[in-house]
Amino acid sequence: MGFGRITSKNAFVAGLVLLILILLASAPLYASAYTVIVLTSVLMYVTIAVSWTLFSGPTGYISLASAAFFGAGIYTSAIIGRALPLPLVIVLGGLVSFCLALLVGALTLRLKGIYFVMFTFGLVELLLHFILWYEVNITGTTGRVVPSVANTTVFYILLMIFVILMVTVSFIRCSRYGLALQSIGENEEAASHSGVHVTALKIIIYAVSALFMGAAGSAMAARWTYIDPTIAFNPLISFMPVLMAIFGGIRPLYGPVIGAAIFTYLEQFLITRFPYYYMLIFGIIMVVAILYMPNGIIGLAQRIREKSLRKKYGDT
Amino acid sequence: MVILEGRGVTRYFGGLAAVIDVDFLVEEGEVLGLIGPNGAGKTTLFNLISAALEPRSGSIKFRGKEITGLKPYQICRMGLARTFQTLKVFANMSAFDNVLLGASFGRRDSMAAAEAAKEAKALLEFVGLAEAATLPAKDLTFANQKKLEVARALSTQPELLLLDELMEGLNPTEVSRAMALVKRIQERGITVIMIEHVMRAIMNVCERIMVLHHGAKIAEGTPREISASKKVIEVYFGERADAGN
Repeated sequence: MGFGRITSKNAFVAGLVLLILILLASAPLYASAYTVIVLTSVLMYVTIAVSWTLFSGPTGYISLASAAFFGAGIYTSAIIGRALPLPLVIVLGGLVSFCLALLVGALTLRLKGIYFVMFTFGLVELLLHFILWYEVNITGTTGRVVPSVANTTVFYILLMIFVILMVTVSFIRCSRYGLALQSIGENEEAASHSGVHVTALKIIIYAVSALFMGAAGSAMAARWTYIDPTIAFNPLISFMPVLMAIFGGIRPLYGPVIGAAIFTYLEQFLITRFPYYYMLIFGIIMVVAILYMPNGIIGLAQRIREKSLRKKYGDT
Repeated sequence: MVILEGRGVTRYFGGLAAVIDVDFLVEEGEVLGLIGPNGAGKTTLFNLISAALEPRSGSIKFRGKEITGLKPYQICRMGLARTFQTLKVFANMSAFDNVLLGASFGRRDSMAAAEAAKEAKALLEFVGLAEAATLPAKDLTFANQKKLEVARALSTQPELLLLDELMEGLNPTEVSRAMALVKRIQERGITVIMIEHVMRAIMNVCERIMVLHHGAKIAEGTPREISASKKVIEVYFGERADAGN
Protein backbone atom coordinates (compact mmCIF):
# COMPACT_ATOMS: atom_id res chain seq x y z
CA MET A 1 0.00 0.00 0.00
CA GLY A 2 1.17 3.52 -0.71
CA PHE A 3 4.40 2.22 -2.14
CA GLY A 4 5.72 4.25 -5.00
CA ARG A 5 6.70 7.81 -5.82
CA ILE A 6 9.77 6.78 -7.75
CA THR A 7 11.81 9.85 -8.51
CA SER A 8 15.38 10.55 -9.51
CA LYS A 9 16.16 11.28 -5.86
CA ASN A 10 14.87 7.86 -4.91
CA ALA A 11 16.98 6.27 -7.64
CA PHE A 12 20.05 8.04 -6.22
CA VAL A 13 19.25 6.83 -2.70
CA ALA A 14 18.71 3.28 -3.97
CA GLY A 15 22.08 3.38 -5.74
CA LEU A 16 23.81 4.69 -2.63
CA VAL A 17 22.23 2.00 -0.45
CA LEU A 18 23.29 -0.69 -2.91
CA LEU A 19 26.86 0.65 -2.95
CA ILE A 20 27.05 0.66 0.84
CA LEU A 21 25.68 -2.88 0.95
CA ILE A 22 28.25 -4.12 -1.58
CA LEU A 23 31.06 -2.41 0.33
CA LEU A 24 29.82 -3.98 3.58
CA ALA A 25 29.30 -7.43 2.12
CA SER A 26 32.81 -7.51 0.67
CA ALA A 27 34.43 -6.05 3.81
CA PRO A 28 35.89 -9.39 5.01
CA LEU A 29 37.77 -9.59 1.68
CA TYR A 30 39.72 -6.37 2.01
CA ALA A 31 39.44 -5.20 5.63
CA SER A 32 41.37 -6.41 8.66
CA ALA A 33 39.90 -8.95 11.05
CA TYR A 34 39.61 -6.19 13.66
CA THR A 35 37.57 -4.01 11.29
CA VAL A 36 35.18 -6.89 10.67
CA ILE A 37 34.69 -7.29 14.42
CA VAL A 38 34.01 -3.56 14.83
CA LEU A 39 31.60 -3.67 11.89
CA THR A 40 29.81 -6.60 13.53
CA SER A 41 29.31 -4.51 16.68
CA VAL A 42 28.13 -1.61 14.56
CA LEU A 43 25.58 -3.85 12.81
CA MET A 44 24.42 -5.24 16.13
CA TYR A 45 23.76 -1.80 17.60
CA VAL A 46 22.26 -0.50 14.36
CA THR A 47 19.85 -3.45 14.30
CA ILE A 48 18.76 -2.86 17.90
CA ALA A 49 18.47 0.92 17.42
CA VAL A 50 16.43 0.62 14.22
CA SER A 51 14.16 -2.06 15.76
CA TRP A 52 13.67 0.14 18.80
CA THR A 53 12.79 3.13 16.63
CA LEU A 54 10.33 1.09 14.57
CA PHE A 55 7.99 0.93 17.56
CA SER A 56 9.04 3.65 19.99
CA GLY A 57 9.80 6.32 17.37
CA PRO A 58 6.33 6.97 16.00
CA THR A 59 4.25 5.83 19.00
CA GLY A 60 6.25 7.63 21.69
CA TYR A 61 6.11 4.56 23.95
CA ILE A 62 9.67 4.52 25.25
CA SER A 63 10.57 0.86 25.73
CA LEU A 64 13.60 -0.05 27.83
CA ALA A 65 13.11 -3.77 27.28
CA SER A 66 15.60 -4.05 24.41
CA ALA A 67 18.07 -5.86 26.67
CA ALA A 68 15.38 -8.38 27.62
CA PHE A 69 14.61 -9.25 24.00
CA PHE A 70 18.28 -9.23 23.03
CA GLY A 71 19.11 -11.42 26.06
CA ALA A 72 16.27 -13.84 25.29
CA GLY A 73 17.90 -14.36 21.89
CA ILE A 74 21.27 -14.93 23.50
CA TYR A 75 19.88 -17.54 25.88
CA THR A 76 18.03 -19.31 23.08
CA SER A 77 21.37 -19.65 21.36
CA ALA A 78 23.05 -20.86 24.53
CA ILE A 79 20.42 -23.49 25.27
CA ILE A 80 19.76 -24.97 21.83
CA GLY A 81 22.87 -23.80 19.95
CA ARG A 82 24.52 -27.21 20.15
CA ALA A 83 21.49 -29.19 19.02
CA LEU A 84 20.36 -27.26 15.96
CA PRO A 85 21.93 -25.70 12.84
CA LEU A 86 22.87 -22.03 13.17
CA PRO A 87 20.25 -20.44 10.85
CA LEU A 88 17.48 -22.25 12.71
CA VAL A 89 18.90 -21.09 16.06
CA ILE A 90 18.83 -17.47 14.86
CA VAL A 91 15.23 -17.77 13.67
CA LEU A 92 14.19 -19.41 16.94
CA GLY A 93 16.00 -16.72 18.93
CA GLY A 94 13.93 -14.14 17.08
CA LEU A 95 10.71 -16.08 17.63
CA VAL A 96 11.31 -16.48 21.37
CA SER A 97 11.69 -12.71 21.67
CA PHE A 98 8.68 -12.18 19.42
CA CYS A 99 6.49 -14.31 21.71
CA LEU A 100 7.93 -12.69 24.82
CA ALA A 101 7.08 -9.26 23.40
CA LEU A 102 3.55 -10.38 22.48
CA LEU A 103 3.03 -11.43 26.08
CA VAL A 104 4.66 -8.37 27.60
CA GLY A 105 2.92 -6.08 25.11
CA ALA A 106 -0.50 -7.53 25.87
CA LEU A 107 0.13 -6.97 29.58
CA THR A 108 1.76 -3.55 29.53
CA LEU A 109 0.87 -1.59 26.43
CA ARG A 110 -2.14 -0.19 28.24
CA LEU A 111 0.32 1.59 30.55
CA LYS A 112 1.32 5.03 29.43
CA GLY A 113 4.27 7.34 29.89
CA ILE A 114 6.67 6.68 32.71
CA TYR A 115 4.81 3.54 33.91
CA PHE A 116 5.46 1.80 30.62
CA VAL A 117 9.12 2.86 30.68
CA MET A 118 9.56 1.53 34.21
CA PHE A 119 7.81 -1.74 33.56
CA THR A 120 9.83 -2.48 30.43
CA PHE A 121 13.04 -1.80 32.28
CA GLY A 122 11.83 -3.98 35.14
CA LEU A 123 11.42 -6.80 32.67
CA VAL A 124 15.16 -6.81 31.98
CA GLU A 125 15.93 -7.19 35.69
CA LEU A 126 13.18 -9.75 36.13
CA LEU A 127 14.53 -12.00 33.37
CA LEU A 128 18.11 -11.53 34.57
CA HIS A 129 17.29 -12.60 38.11
CA PHE A 130 14.92 -15.34 37.08
CA ILE A 131 17.55 -16.98 34.87
CA LEU A 132 20.22 -16.42 37.50
CA TRP A 133 18.01 -18.13 40.09
CA TYR A 134 17.25 -20.96 37.66
CA GLU A 135 20.90 -21.52 36.79
CA VAL A 136 22.08 -21.45 40.41
CA ASN A 137 19.29 -23.62 41.80
CA ILE A 138 18.45 -25.98 38.96
CA THR A 139 21.45 -26.35 36.65
CA GLY A 140 24.05 -25.52 39.29
CA THR A 141 26.22 -23.29 37.08
CA THR A 142 25.73 -19.61 36.31
CA GLY A 143 27.40 -19.44 32.92
CA ARG A 144 27.00 -21.30 29.66
CA VAL A 145 29.33 -21.98 26.79
CA VAL A 146 27.98 -21.18 23.36
CA PRO A 147 29.37 -23.12 20.41
CA SER A 148 31.65 -20.60 18.74
CA VAL A 149 31.31 -19.55 15.13
CA ALA A 150 33.79 -17.79 12.85
CA ASN A 151 33.75 -13.97 13.12
CA THR A 152 32.97 -13.52 9.43
CA THR A 153 29.96 -15.86 9.70
CA VAL A 154 28.53 -13.81 12.56
CA PHE A 155 29.21 -10.68 10.52
CA TYR A 156 27.30 -12.03 7.51
CA ILE A 157 24.38 -13.21 9.65
CA LEU A 158 24.06 -9.77 11.23
CA LEU A 159 24.31 -8.13 7.83
CA MET A 160 21.47 -10.32 6.63
CA ILE A 161 19.34 -9.54 9.70
CA PHE A 162 20.07 -5.84 9.14
CA VAL A 163 18.99 -5.97 5.48
CA ILE A 164 15.79 -7.86 6.25
CA LEU A 165 15.08 -5.40 9.07
CA MET A 166 15.56 -2.35 6.82
CA VAL A 167 13.26 -3.82 4.16
CA THR A 168 10.62 -4.67 6.78
CA VAL A 169 10.81 -1.27 8.42
CA SER A 170 10.59 0.67 5.16
CA PHE A 171 7.67 -1.47 4.10
CA ILE A 172 5.80 -0.81 7.35
CA ARG A 173 6.59 2.91 7.21
CA CYS A 174 5.31 3.27 3.66
CA SER A 175 2.17 1.26 4.33
CA ARG A 176 -0.97 2.52 6.00
CA TYR A 177 0.30 0.94 9.22
CA GLY A 178 3.12 3.48 9.33
CA LEU A 179 0.51 6.21 9.29
CA ALA A 180 -1.46 4.42 12.01
CA LEU A 181 1.60 4.12 14.27
CA GLN A 182 2.20 7.83 13.93
CA SER A 183 -1.43 8.60 14.72
CA ILE A 184 -1.14 6.50 17.89
CA GLY A 185 1.79 8.68 18.96
CA GLU A 186 -0.18 11.83 18.16
CA ASN A 187 -3.49 10.92 19.79
CA GLU A 188 -4.38 7.38 20.64
CA GLU A 189 -8.02 8.05 21.35
CA ALA A 190 -8.64 9.81 18.05
CA ALA A 191 -6.81 7.00 16.26
CA SER A 192 -9.08 4.36 17.70
CA HIS A 193 -12.16 6.44 16.86
CA SER A 194 -10.86 6.64 13.28
CA GLY A 195 -10.91 2.88 12.93
CA VAL A 196 -7.40 1.88 14.03
CA HIS A 197 -7.27 -1.27 16.16
CA VAL A 198 -4.78 0.46 18.42
CA THR A 199 -4.06 -2.37 20.87
CA ALA A 200 -3.47 -5.04 18.24
CA LEU A 201 -1.26 -2.79 16.13
CA LYS A 202 0.87 -1.73 19.09
CA ILE A 203 1.40 -5.29 20.29
CA ILE A 204 2.25 -6.68 16.85
CA ILE A 205 4.71 -3.94 15.94
CA TYR A 206 6.29 -4.21 19.39
CA ALA A 207 6.72 -7.93 18.81
CA VAL A 208 8.17 -7.41 15.32
CA SER A 209 10.73 -5.02 16.76
CA ALA A 210 11.59 -7.61 19.44
CA LEU A 211 11.94 -10.31 16.77
CA PHE A 212 14.92 -8.54 15.24
CA MET A 213 16.51 -7.81 18.62
CA GLY A 214 16.22 -11.48 19.53
CA ALA A 215 17.71 -12.61 16.23
CA ALA A 216 20.63 -10.20 16.70
CA GLY A 217 21.09 -11.55 20.23
CA SER A 218 21.28 -15.17 19.20
CA ALA A 219 23.76 -14.26 16.43
CA MET A 220 25.99 -12.32 18.84
CA ALA A 221 25.93 -15.14 21.40
CA ALA A 222 27.89 -17.26 18.93
CA ARG A 223 30.65 -14.67 18.95
CA TRP A 224 30.93 -14.27 22.70
CA THR A 225 31.31 -18.05 23.29
CA TYR A 226 30.78 -17.65 27.07
CA ILE A 227 27.68 -15.99 28.49
CA ASP A 228 26.01 -15.61 31.85
CA PRO A 229 22.85 -13.71 32.87
CA THR A 230 24.69 -10.45 33.62
CA ILE A 231 26.32 -10.46 30.20
CA ALA A 232 23.14 -11.45 28.36
CA PHE A 233 20.85 -9.00 30.13
CA ASN A 234 23.14 -5.99 30.21
CA PRO A 235 21.01 -2.88 30.93
CA LEU A 236 23.28 -0.84 28.64
CA ILE A 237 21.68 -2.69 25.72
CA SER A 238 18.39 -1.07 26.77
CA PHE A 239 19.76 2.44 27.06
CA MET A 240 22.23 2.61 24.20
CA PRO A 241 19.72 2.17 21.36
CA VAL A 242 17.57 4.96 22.78
CA LEU A 243 20.58 7.30 22.99
CA MET A 244 21.77 6.24 19.55
CA ALA A 245 18.38 6.83 17.96
CA ILE A 246 18.09 10.25 19.61
CA PHE A 247 21.69 11.04 18.67
CA GLY A 248 21.06 10.18 15.03
CA GLY A 249 17.52 11.50 14.78
CA ILE A 250 14.35 9.48 15.28
CA ARG A 251 12.22 10.71 12.39
CA PRO A 252 14.06 9.55 9.26
CA LEU A 253 14.71 5.86 8.73
CA TYR A 254 18.47 6.37 8.43
CA GLY A 255 18.67 8.50 11.62
CA PRO A 256 19.17 5.61 14.06
CA VAL A 257 21.43 3.86 11.54
CA ILE A 258 23.80 6.82 11.45
CA GLY A 259 23.49 7.44 15.19
CA ALA A 260 24.29 3.83 16.07
CA ALA A 261 27.18 3.63 13.60
CA ILE A 262 28.85 6.79 14.90
CA PHE A 263 28.21 5.81 18.52
CA THR A 264 29.68 2.35 18.21
CA TYR A 265 32.70 3.62 16.37
CA LEU A 266 33.16 6.37 18.95
CA GLU A 267 32.89 3.83 21.76
CA GLN A 268 35.55 1.59 20.19
CA PHE A 269 37.78 4.58 19.53
CA LEU A 270 37.49 5.94 23.07
CA ILE A 271 37.95 2.54 24.72
CA THR A 272 41.21 1.93 22.88
CA ARG A 273 42.61 5.47 23.25
CA PHE A 274 41.31 6.50 26.67
CA PRO A 275 40.54 3.31 28.56
CA TYR A 276 40.14 5.18 31.87
CA TYR A 277 38.25 8.26 30.78
CA TYR A 278 36.14 6.75 28.03
CA MET A 279 32.87 6.72 29.95
CA LEU A 280 33.44 10.30 31.10
CA ILE A 281 34.11 11.58 27.58
CA PHE A 282 31.20 9.56 26.29
CA GLY A 283 28.88 11.11 28.85
CA ILE A 284 29.98 14.64 28.00
CA ILE A 285 29.39 14.00 24.29
CA MET A 286 25.92 12.68 25.09
CA VAL A 287 24.98 15.68 27.21
CA VAL A 288 26.19 18.10 24.54
CA ALA A 289 24.35 16.15 21.85
CA ILE A 290 21.04 16.27 23.70
CA LEU A 291 21.43 19.94 24.62
CA TYR A 292 22.42 21.20 21.19
CA MET A 293 20.98 18.66 18.77
CA PRO A 294 17.43 17.93 19.93
CA ASN A 295 16.64 16.42 16.55
CA GLY A 296 19.87 14.48 16.31
CA ILE A 297 22.61 14.64 13.73
CA ILE A 298 20.09 14.53 10.91
CA GLY A 299 18.23 17.49 12.39
CA LEU A 300 21.52 19.37 12.77
CA ALA A 301 22.46 18.67 9.14
CA GLN A 302 19.08 19.91 7.98
CA ARG A 303 19.42 23.07 10.04
CA ILE A 304 22.84 23.84 8.59
CA ARG A 305 21.57 23.20 5.08
CA GLU A 306 18.58 25.47 5.59
CA LYS A 307 20.85 28.21 6.93
CA SER A 308 23.18 28.05 3.95
CA LEU A 309 20.24 28.03 1.55
CA ARG A 310 18.82 31.07 3.26
CA LYS A 311 22.14 32.88 2.93
CA LYS A 312 22.31 31.96 -0.74
CA TYR A 313 18.88 33.28 -1.58
CA GLY A 314 19.00 36.20 0.84
CA ASP A 315 15.83 35.13 2.59
CA THR A 316 15.37 36.56 6.05
CA MET B 1 -36.31 4.20 9.78
CA VAL B 2 -34.57 4.26 13.14
CA ILE B 3 -30.79 4.35 12.84
CA LEU B 4 -29.87 4.67 16.52
CA GLU B 5 -31.84 3.62 19.55
CA GLY B 6 -30.96 3.97 23.21
CA ARG B 7 -32.85 2.37 26.09
CA GLY B 8 -32.21 3.26 29.72
CA VAL B 9 -28.64 4.36 29.05
CA THR B 10 -26.94 5.04 32.38
CA ARG B 11 -23.43 5.93 33.44
CA TYR B 12 -22.00 7.02 36.78
CA PHE B 13 -18.69 8.70 37.59
CA GLY B 14 -18.07 7.57 41.14
CA GLY B 15 -21.27 8.51 42.93
CA LEU B 16 -22.21 11.13 40.36
CA ALA B 17 -24.78 10.16 37.77
CA ALA B 18 -23.54 11.58 34.49
CA VAL B 19 -26.27 10.05 32.36
CA ILE B 20 -29.34 8.44 33.95
CA ASP B 21 -31.84 6.27 32.21
CA VAL B 22 -31.85 8.14 28.92
CA ASP B 23 -33.99 6.81 26.05
CA PHE B 24 -33.56 8.14 22.56
CA LEU B 25 -34.48 7.39 18.97
CA VAL B 26 -32.69 8.85 15.98
CA GLU B 27 -34.33 8.70 12.58
CA GLU B 28 -32.24 8.07 9.50
CA GLY B 29 -31.41 11.27 7.62
CA GLU B 30 -32.32 13.76 10.36
CA VAL B 31 -30.20 16.28 12.21
CA LEU B 32 -30.80 15.91 15.94
CA GLY B 33 -29.64 18.63 18.32
CA LEU B 34 -28.46 17.72 21.79
CA ILE B 35 -28.52 20.63 24.20
CA GLY B 36 -28.36 21.25 27.91
CA PRO B 37 -26.44 23.34 30.45
CA ASN B 38 -22.77 22.59 31.15
CA GLY B 39 -22.34 19.27 32.92
CA ALA B 40 -25.68 17.96 31.66
CA GLY B 41 -24.06 14.79 30.31
CA LYS B 42 -24.09 15.57 26.60
CA THR B 43 -20.48 14.64 25.86
CA THR B 44 -20.78 11.63 28.18
CA LEU B 45 -23.69 10.43 26.07
CA PHE B 46 -21.53 10.83 22.94
CA ASN B 47 -18.75 8.90 24.65
CA LEU B 48 -21.20 6.12 25.48
CA ILE B 49 -22.50 5.91 21.91
CA SER B 50 -19.01 5.93 20.38
CA ALA B 51 -17.72 3.44 22.98
CA ALA B 52 -15.14 5.76 24.50
CA LEU B 53 -17.00 4.81 27.69
CA GLU B 54 -19.08 1.78 28.54
CA PRO B 55 -22.57 2.32 29.97
CA ARG B 56 -23.27 0.88 33.41
CA SER B 57 -26.65 -0.27 32.18
CA GLY B 58 -28.94 0.16 29.23
CA SER B 59 -28.65 -0.70 25.60
CA ILE B 60 -27.64 1.19 22.48
CA LYS B 61 -28.59 -0.23 19.11
CA PHE B 62 -27.18 0.98 15.80
CA ARG B 63 -29.30 -0.19 12.86
CA GLY B 64 -30.93 -2.68 15.18
CA LYS B 65 -27.64 -4.17 16.33
CA GLU B 66 -26.49 -3.93 19.93
CA ILE B 67 -23.25 -1.92 20.05
CA THR B 68 -22.57 -1.66 23.77
CA GLY B 69 -19.44 -3.58 24.65
CA LEU B 70 -17.84 -3.02 21.26
CA LYS B 71 -14.53 -1.17 20.86
CA PRO B 72 -14.32 2.32 19.33
CA TYR B 73 -12.60 1.08 16.17
CA GLN B 74 -15.36 -1.49 15.60
CA ILE B 75 -18.07 1.12 16.00
CA CYS B 76 -16.22 3.42 13.63
CA ARG B 77 -16.02 0.68 11.00
CA MET B 78 -19.75 0.00 11.39
CA GLY B 79 -20.42 3.52 10.16
CA LEU B 80 -20.64 5.62 13.30
CA ALA B 81 -18.08 8.43 13.45
CA ARG B 82 -17.53 11.35 15.80
CA THR B 83 -15.61 14.57 16.36
CA PHE B 84 -14.27 15.80 19.68
CA GLN B 85 -15.18 18.86 21.71
CA THR B 86 -11.54 19.33 22.69
CA LEU B 87 -9.80 19.03 19.35
CA LYS B 88 -7.93 15.80 18.82
CA VAL B 89 -6.32 16.29 15.42
CA PHE B 90 -2.99 14.54 14.76
CA ALA B 91 -1.01 17.74 15.28
CA ASN B 92 2.27 16.82 13.59
CA MET B 93 0.71 15.00 10.67
CA SER B 94 -0.36 16.82 7.52
CA ALA B 95 -4.04 17.64 7.08
CA PHE B 96 -4.06 15.15 4.22
CA ASP B 97 -2.59 12.35 6.37
CA ASN B 98 -5.14 13.09 9.10
CA VAL B 99 -7.94 12.34 6.68
CA LEU B 100 -6.07 9.54 4.89
CA LEU B 101 -5.86 7.64 8.18
CA GLY B 102 -9.64 7.52 8.52
CA ALA B 103 -10.07 6.54 4.89
CA SER B 104 -7.49 3.75 5.27
CA PHE B 105 -8.75 2.24 8.51
CA GLY B 106 -12.22 3.46 9.39
CA ARG B 107 -14.29 1.98 6.58
CA ARG B 108 -16.30 -1.19 6.59
CA ASP B 109 -14.56 -2.40 3.43
CA SER B 110 -10.95 -1.35 3.15
CA MET B 111 -9.94 0.18 -0.13
CA ALA B 112 -6.74 0.41 -2.13
CA ALA B 113 -4.19 3.04 -1.10
CA ALA B 114 -4.70 5.13 -4.25
CA GLU B 115 -8.44 5.15 -3.74
CA ALA B 116 -8.09 6.17 -0.09
CA ALA B 117 -5.82 9.06 -1.12
CA LYS B 118 -8.37 10.21 -3.70
CA GLU B 119 -11.12 10.07 -1.10
CA ALA B 120 -9.02 12.05 1.42
CA LYS B 121 -8.37 14.76 -1.17
CA ALA B 122 -12.04 14.97 -2.10
CA LEU B 123 -13.06 15.32 1.55
CA LEU B 124 -10.52 18.07 2.24
CA GLU B 125 -12.10 19.89 -0.67
CA PHE B 126 -15.59 19.20 0.69
CA VAL B 127 -14.84 20.92 4.00
CA GLY B 128 -12.83 23.68 2.27
CA LEU B 129 -9.30 22.71 3.23
CA ALA B 130 -7.92 21.72 -0.18
CA GLU B 131 -5.20 24.38 -0.02
CA ALA B 132 -4.05 23.32 3.45
CA ALA B 133 -3.59 19.64 2.57
CA THR B 134 0.19 19.56 3.07
CA LEU B 135 0.30 21.72 6.21
CA PRO B 136 0.77 20.03 9.59
CA ALA B 137 -2.57 20.05 11.40
CA LYS B 138 -1.13 22.16 14.23
CA ASP B 139 -0.50 25.03 11.81
CA LEU B 140 -4.17 25.31 10.85
CA THR B 141 -6.41 27.92 12.46
CA PHE B 142 -8.79 26.77 15.17
CA ALA B 143 -11.76 26.88 12.79
CA ASN B 144 -9.86 24.89 10.19
CA GLN B 145 -8.80 22.27 12.72
CA LYS B 146 -12.49 21.79 13.47
CA LYS B 147 -13.16 21.32 9.77
CA LEU B 148 -10.30 18.86 9.63
CA GLU B 149 -11.89 16.79 12.40
CA VAL B 150 -15.10 16.71 10.40
CA ALA B 151 -13.23 15.62 7.27
CA ARG B 152 -11.45 12.88 9.21
CA ALA B 153 -14.74 11.63 10.61
CA LEU B 154 -16.36 11.71 7.16
CA SER B 155 -13.45 9.78 5.67
CA THR B 156 -14.60 6.69 7.55
CA GLN B 157 -17.78 6.79 5.49
CA PRO B 158 -20.20 7.15 8.39
CA GLU B 159 -23.95 6.71 8.23
CA LEU B 160 -24.26 8.52 11.53
CA LEU B 161 -22.01 11.39 12.56
CA LEU B 162 -21.69 12.78 16.09
CA LEU B 163 -20.57 16.43 16.13
CA ASP B 164 -19.45 17.65 19.54
CA GLU B 165 -19.72 21.46 19.69
CA LEU B 166 -18.61 22.14 16.15
CA MET B 167 -19.46 25.86 16.43
CA GLU B 168 -17.91 26.51 19.85
CA GLY B 169 -15.37 29.32 19.69
CA LEU B 170 -16.16 30.28 16.09
CA ASN B 171 -16.99 33.82 14.99
CA PRO B 172 -20.41 34.56 13.40
CA THR B 173 -19.12 34.17 9.82
CA GLU B 174 -17.50 30.86 10.67
CA VAL B 175 -20.68 29.70 12.43
CA SER B 176 -22.66 30.39 9.26
CA ARG B 177 -20.17 28.36 7.24
CA ALA B 178 -20.27 25.52 9.75
CA MET B 179 -24.07 25.52 9.59
CA ALA B 180 -23.91 25.24 5.82
CA LEU B 181 -21.40 22.40 6.21
CA VAL B 182 -23.79 20.46 8.47
CA LYS B 183 -26.55 20.89 5.89
CA ARG B 184 -24.26 19.62 3.14
CA ILE B 185 -23.32 16.62 5.29
CA GLN B 186 -27.02 15.89 5.71
CA GLU B 187 -27.47 16.16 1.93
CA ARG B 188 -24.93 13.36 1.54
CA GLY B 189 -27.42 11.14 3.33
CA ILE B 190 -25.60 11.16 6.65
CA THR B 191 -27.59 11.32 9.87
CA VAL B 192 -26.19 13.86 12.34
CA ILE B 193 -26.42 14.28 16.10
CA MET B 194 -24.89 17.57 17.21
CA ILE B 195 -24.13 18.93 20.64
CA GLU B 196 -24.31 22.68 20.43
CA HIS B 197 -24.59 25.81 22.53
CA VAL B 198 -24.98 28.23 19.64
CA MET B 199 -28.76 28.58 19.58
CA ARG B 200 -28.87 30.18 16.15
CA ALA B 201 -27.30 27.04 14.71
CA ILE B 202 -29.46 24.64 16.70
CA MET B 203 -32.68 26.38 15.76
CA ASN B 204 -31.81 26.58 12.07
CA VAL B 205 -30.13 23.28 11.38
CA CYS B 206 -31.83 20.73 13.62
CA GLU B 207 -35.14 19.10 12.88
CA ARG B 208 -35.44 17.79 16.38
CA ILE B 209 -33.84 18.70 19.68
CA MET B 210 -33.25 16.67 22.81
CA VAL B 211 -32.52 18.43 26.11
CA LEU B 212 -30.44 16.91 28.88
CA HIS B 213 -30.24 18.26 32.42
CA HIS B 214 -28.29 16.65 35.27
CA GLY B 215 -27.91 13.54 33.13
CA ALA B 216 -31.61 13.04 32.47
CA LYS B 217 -33.65 13.79 29.39
CA ILE B 218 -36.09 16.57 30.24
CA ALA B 219 -37.52 17.48 26.85
CA GLU B 220 -37.59 16.48 23.25
CA GLY B 221 -39.25 18.06 20.21
CA THR B 222 -39.01 20.45 17.31
CA PRO B 223 -37.03 23.67 17.78
CA ARG B 224 -40.30 25.57 18.08
CA GLU B 225 -41.58 23.26 20.83
CA ILE B 226 -38.30 23.37 22.70
CA SER B 227 -38.01 27.15 22.63
CA ALA B 228 -41.54 27.37 24.03
CA SER B 229 -41.06 24.68 26.66
CA LYS B 230 -41.39 26.05 30.18
CA LYS B 231 -39.20 23.30 31.60
CA VAL B 232 -36.33 24.08 29.24
CA ILE B 233 -36.53 27.80 29.92
CA GLU B 234 -36.43 27.11 33.66
CA VAL B 235 -33.32 24.97 33.27
CA TYR B 236 -31.51 27.58 31.25
CA PHE B 237 -32.65 30.78 32.95
CA GLY B 238 -33.86 29.68 36.34
CA GLU B 239 -37.38 30.26 37.70
CA ARG B 240 -39.03 33.59 37.25
CA ALA B 241 -38.85 34.27 40.99
CA ASP B 242 -35.06 33.80 40.99
CA ALA B 243 -34.61 35.96 37.94
CA GLY B 244 -36.43 38.79 39.67
CA ASN B 245 -34.10 38.86 42.66
